[in-house]
Amino acid sequence: MAPILEINGLVKKFGDRVVLDGIDLHVEQGKVIAILGPSGCGKSTFLRCINGLEEVQGGEIIFEGEDLTKTSKWREVRQKIGMVFQSYDLFPNMTVMENILLSPIKVQKRKREEVELQALELLERVGLADRANAYPRELSGGQKQRIAIVRALCTNPKMMLFDEVTASLDPEMVREVLEVIAQLAKQGMTMLIVTHEMNFAELVADEVVFMDKGKIHEKAPAKEFFANPQTQRAQQFINILKF
Amino acid sequence: MLNSGVSVLFEGINFMRLLEGLFHTLRIALIAIVISIVMGIMIGMIRTSKNKFVQFPFKLYLELFRIIPILVWLFVIYYIVPVNFNVELSADMVALIVFSLWGTAELSDIVRGAIISLPKHQVESSIALGLSKFQMYRYVLLPQAAKRSIPPMINLITRMIKTTALLTMIGVVEVIKVGQQIIQLYNTQHPTVAFWIYGIIFFFYFCICFPLSRISRRLERKWAA
Repeated sequence: MAPILEINGLVKKFGDRVVLDGIDLHVEQGKVIAILGPSGCGKSTFLRCINGLEEVQGGEIIFEGEDLTKTSKWREVRQKIGMVFQSYDLFPNMTVMENILLSPIKVQKRKREEVELQALELLERVGLADRANAYPRELSGGQKQRIAIVRALCTNPKMMLFDEVTASLDPEMVREVLEVIAQLAKQGMTMLIVTHEMNFAELVADEVVFMDKGKIHEKAPAKEFFANPQTQRAQQFINILKF
Repeated sequence: MLNSGVSVLFEGINFMRLLEGLFHTLRIALIAIVISIVMGIMIGMIRTSKNKFVQFPFKLYLELFRIIPILVWLFVIYYIVPVNFNVELSADMVALIVFSLWGTAELSDIVRGAIISLPKHQVESSIALGLSKFQMYRYVLLPQAAKRSIPPMINLITRMIKTTALLTMIGVVEVIKVGQQIIQLYNTQHPTVAFWIYGIIFFFYFCICFPLSRISRRLERKWAA
């Protein structure tokens, strides 16, 4: 089967600074890839390129057979690639439900009743059905992040990108968010997860990609990577985090 | 006798004339404010562009209205434009033009400031959800920016209403002009008339601007939370 996402020789520069230096990655349908690496290694930028938030300077990103570096249909592509960010990015001027319905109704032109049902079902799954009419300011960080995931899921994406979604959460809220992502993994959602939660990556990911200084240094099945990292950099990185 | 002047207020149609002058003032201010709000929002949105060639002309426009006193603008348009460009402009029209241009410039800056002060991830998550530029402004950015803009906008409206006092200088028959006419008429008969007339004008302006300033302050406090 052809991979759902195929990235070849991706190059991203900010001015003269090379942030991504020839990234190759193939992602098969239903796989969960954890992207690890020290801060500033380019892993977040990498995710942002896949969603067209950053312009790329070289290489190709082939999603469902279409090269996204040449696409003129970004808005359609973004319906199929959901993304959740580190910062709580709910729209504060709308209720939880309005946040979730915005894109399906306004962008995808779907029927309100149908989307509402789906939204409630998704909210139920993340344990927040009772907060549908709350405003984001009334929610905890963990709740906001779970809603942000629901909001992204409600457009029925084929793939999800998670950009350090637990990094700015209080420790006791990390778990509730990770559980939602683990649940998604079980349901077979294709996901790229940038994270610092090593245990979580080991548990949920099929494959781990270790990045440093804009390059992929190691790509291995998750269990293997943590048990026996091949490159010295990855070894150091794991040792530091195991503190 | 200080009291003798007060009777002038209620003599004949004097009080009505003052009120008429006031409404004349308010009408010009109000039309200018509506134009400013519509144009200011549009220009404010355009001014969030990062393109220098887009930013520069609008920045220049804003600075021209900040640096040069409104009175000078009124004189320039009233005395210089009609003579040199062969157009006829009534004093009211000049007032409306200058106040609209001024209000638009100031409001565009308020709107621009409000939009760019919104967190960047509001823009990014809108984009990631596939919203178009228009949808992003319509549903996400403008509603949030409106909240931040309204208190300073009310302050601007108050300033515009206050500044209509200058219009007397180009002969708009607004409340102060009417007041001066009444004073001239009664001055010899009642030397204290100026006190009462300007007193009532003071009171008029206060009645209009004080509530506005209170509303603005209350909203600011309420929304700061």
